[in-house]
Amino acid sequence: MCGIFGVMDKRRQMMDGSGIRQALSIMNERGSGEGAGYAAYGIYPDYRDCYALHVFLDNACESKAVVDATLEQWGAIEHDEAIPTYDQPNLRAPCTPWRYFFRPDPSLAPGSATPEKDVITNLVMQINRASNGAEVFSSGKNVGVFKAGGAGSWPEAVADYYRIEDYEGYIWLAHNRYATNNPGRWERPDPFNLHDWSVVENGKITTYGTNRRYVESFGYTCSNFTDSEVITYLIDLLVRRHGLDINLAIRALAPPYWEDIDQMPKTEQDLNRALRFAYGSATMNGPFTIVAANPDMMVGFTDRGKLRPMVVGECGDCLYISSEEAAIRAMEPNVESIMMPAAGEPVIGRVAP
Amino acid sequence: MMVKLVTIDAKGMHYTPLNQQVRRAVEDGADEVVVQNVLGQRFIGDGLKGDATIHVYGVPGGDLAMFMSGPTVIVHGNAEHAPGNTMDAGKVVIHGSAGDAVAHSMRGGKVFIRGNIGYRGGIHMKQYEAQRPILVVGGSAQTFLGEYMAGGLLIVLDLDGAMKARGIGSGIHGGEIIIRGDVDDACLAAGAKKVPLTDEDRRRIAPVIREFAGDFGLDPEPLLNADYTRIVPASARPFAGKYTWE
Amino acid sequence: MSNNLGSMPLRYRVTIDREQCMECERCIENCSYGVFRRDGDRILINSRKCTACHRCLAYCPRDAIMLEEQPCDYRSHPVWTRATREAIYNQARTGKIILAGMGSVANLPIIFDHLMLDACQVTTPPTDPLREPVELRTYLGKKPSRLDLRRNPDGDIELATELAPNLMVETPVMLGHMSYGAISLNAQISMARAAKETGTFMGTGEGGLHAGLYPYQDRMIVQVASGRFGVNIDYLERGAAIEIKLGQGAKPGIGGHLTGEKVSKDVSRTRMIPQGSDAISPAPHHDIYGIEDLSQLVRSIKEATEWKKPVFAKIAAVNNTAENVAAVARSSVDAVVIDGFRGGTGAAPRVFRDHVGIPIEVAVASADRELRKQGLRNEVSLIACGSIRESADVVKAIALGADAVYIGTAALAAMGCRVCGNCYQGLCPWGIATQRPDLVERLDPDVASKQVANLIHAWTLEITELMGAAGINSIESLRGNRDRLRGYMLDEGLLDVLDVKPVGA
Ligand code: SF4
Ligand code: SF4
Repeated sequence: MCGIFGVMDKRRQMMDGSGIRQALSIMNERGSGEGAGYAAYGIYPDYRDCYALHVFLDNACESKAVVDATLEQWGAIEHDEAIPTYDQPNLRAPCTPWRYFFRPDPSLAPGSATPEKDVITNLVMQINRASNGAEVFSSGKNVGVFKAGGAGSWPEAVADYYRIEDYEGYIWLAHNRYATNNPGRWERPDPFNLHDWSVVENGKITTYGTNRRYVESFGYTCSNFTDSEVITYLIDLLVRRHGLDINLAIRALAPPYWEDIDQMPKTEQDLNRALRFAYGSATMNGPFTIVAANPDMMVGFTDRGKLRPMVVGECGDCLYISSEEAAIRAMEPNVESIMMPAAGEPVIGRVAP
Repeated sequence: MMVKLVTIDAKGMHYTPLNQQVRRAVEDGADEVVVQNVLGQRFIGDGLKGDATIHVYGVPGGDLAMFMSGPTVIVHGNAEHAPGNTMDAGKVVIHGSAGDAVAHSMRGGKVFIRGNIGYRGGIHMKQYEAQRPILVVGGSAQTFLGEYMAGGLLIVLDLDGAMKARGIGSGIHGGEIIIRGDVDDACLAAGAKKVPLTDEDRRRIAPVIREFAGDFGLDPEPLLNADYTRIVPASARPFAGKYTWE
Repeated sequence: MSNNLGSMPLRYRVTIDREQCMECERCIENCSYGVFRRDGDRILINSRKCTACHRCLAYCPRDAIMLEEQPCDYRSHPVWTRATREAIYNQARTGKIILAGMGSVANLPIIFDHLMLDACQVTTPPTDPLREPVELRTYLGKKPSRLDLRRNPDGDIELATELAPNLMVETPVMLGHMSYGAISLNAQISMARAAKETGTFMGTGEGGLHAGLYPYQDRMIVQVASGRFGVNIDYLERGAAIEIKLGQGAKPGIGGHLTGEKVSKDVSRTRMIPQGSDAISPAPHHDIYGIEDLSQLVRSIKEATEWKKPVFAKIAAVNNTAENVAAVARSSVDAVVIDGFRGGTGAAPRVFRDHVGIPIEVAVASADRELRKQGLRNEVSLIACGSIRESADVVKAIALGADAVYIGTAALAAMGCRVCGNCYQGLCPWGIATQRPDLVERLDPDVASKQVANLIHAWTLEITELMGAAGINSIESLRGNRDRLRGYMLDEGLLDVLDVKPVGA
């Protein structure tokens, strides 16, 4: 459900948040004004080696004490502060957005190839699973999510509430929510983030139950009940923990039809069959377009029946992925090329190393 | 006779007041309405009657000319989702490309697109008596082209490269899909079949191709003489064999 | 022989009491299925063709005809029921999906029958509808959630809020969508007249609007379904309201089709498709694959009709109906119709009819609750349908949260339908589910419209009495008033979902 947008500068040139605010608000018609959010990579250069934890605190005293204590168990807090916000006339904040710059203790995940990320994963799950009035809603290095829900959360209002034009990033994702349940929950709108990965989705998967049970069997806990949460964990599982290239991970999530696999040359056929064998429970069904990012790339892909729109634009070093072309043009009137990729043709943009 | 022209600047305007202005202009007898700075506004020409011509500059939003009955809408740019949706009469000319479900359930009139279209183009187009919708795509089309098609004429000229459509004509039970060049059998869905384009067929589509070429300043001759694949329903009852009664 | 199954046991056996029979041949004339024929001085019977439509019984002047269901027993078995065995024989023979007519025959408890209504005794007095007004008038559409008032220069209070268009019904019973093609024009005209006479509305179904119904167009809710049959700007402008059909209770999640045989010349004109061609309604609207697309369709219809008409959306009752309704309520829709799994249909796959969906009682209650929880209840009216059989069902549906109901099968029954479930054969001897001119002619709109109007009148009277007994003199005081219901032998989980207390509590 909703409208999504992503932009990436391949040469890490910084963009402030005003452009994406403009782009997202062109698609207001796709939302219900009850949730919007933004994610940006590269916004915390001063703390580039710390994990930036964005947390909604139901209250800045007790809930914060819980988070402080948990973080101190798992590592060291370098710095923490309230995320600056600016009151908007129709937007009511039921919680306080806070941020921590945090160094996880890698010795707490012995035997892991990515101990820091395992620690972050565990502590995010631990905090979010409990009813402690705290929700971690982004947790990556040099990345941050800014989002809000409830009446009055139109894209512009949310952008202005956080003044996202004060942040500069080289990848931005944005999402405009059409609420169907729990409209007032601030953690509900996309982007969803877990350390490296951020995800925005347009659509609704019909496989939520299957995918969730699958990913939970690997130790993830889904407590946000959104598609994007499950998708983020699936990507983290397949890419970081199972070592699949992003191409193949996307293929596992939205695989070709058996009919098409039958037509492939033998080795490709074997690979694709094996992917479907191994990751059948990770396959996502139903209408969706997903844009995901990590510090090195931005990707976009649709369900295999291409039931949701995805428009891709390019201009100079910038790659745009959007639900509607008008949004790309709102941000970059001189966009050089516009395409509509086919189902099964993921768009993968990588940042120059 | 003087042509009455009305210009509307759509910059930053919501679609409802924009459509009201277009409607009022047409009701007041405008022959041509020029809408400038369009960016994402939906429903332009929605339910509009009469025979005015609307020029759209920019990128209109979805459902352009939906339920339209008579006017001509010319888009100088790309269009979004489902232009010509459930359209009855009139003409839509798009000088760029368009999104998915182009001409969805269209019953009459013409939709001409110079560029490409997305998935499910011409889905459930249908015809009735004198009403016979025509969709012509200059570029290529995507999968599920002409799905559930129940009537009308769908031509894909594939001017810019290989056709990408697969599952062509799934559930087609009326009308015809004509694609320039050869179409691999594997790209046809169950219920659709290829037949040769007869001279009679060629004569029938010639005026449509001429009109299309004229609208976009193309040379019609190579198109008129090209090879085409004609795809028609294998049966008028594609699902008849699926059911039995209690 | 292509199978070894032979013939199935008779479903019905028709007999004639030869003592009574005077060989008037009315049974031969009336039975469109060809059960009776004359051979010499005897009337012969081929029971295998009988559908139990009761036409012969109804028109036999001597009450000489008798009909028996399932005259031949199978070995009784609680697991391998007759129905399961016969379905297997059928599919072993054909290899196909089994279609069936009318609503669900699954033998599941009916929640309505386990809800008891309240009445006043001493602590509050009943209202006497003979003396005091009891208002059934209902407005369907968006209501403001608060009012914007201003004082004009003369100091008077003026309303600044602009009210959205609403449909005004005199009684909360409307006639549901049954298309021309599925039923006859005479059946539609009869219902349209009844709607006009009783101050209610009627749905066109997805078959377009026949010119014969233009005189009643201000009483018609025109439907836009996935096939878009008969939909153009003229059609949208004629209707009093417009309803987008997203789903149907009898077969949630799938489309339907009217077979070519039923697309007569006249049906073809109304649907705007060639005569004899199948009219296929795909499962989804192919311009709606997500909730934001629904808003787009709703707003495209509103733009086309200049925001002057209420737009309804109809969905089938399924697991997450509450969330679906809340989503639809945000799409500019004015009323949401929820169709329960027992809803009728001309034809639905048996496996859907009997296994997919949830009861209307539960769907309405949870939708009403979710809308209130999300602060959206004034955004939409709720219309319940799918097996509303009597006035008590109407009152219970409203107490569970509906604003009004649609009836379908009940209206057909008022015109003679015996719920034989053979609508698909197109031979309805009552002139309802048929396009055969001689059969359609049997249904006289002058007579049938009166019968439908009578039914609505009678229910309206009963609803008035029930409300009066409960001390309620305006229908909005009944809406969602679950305190006036009690559950009798319903389990705790279900009572919780319905938000109804058990009897005695
Ligand atoms: S089909 Fe109807 S009319 Fe014919 S015998 Fe049976 S009950 Fe009588
Ligand atoms: S309407 Fe259908 S169920 Fe009713 S009597 Fe006619 S054929 Fe039978």
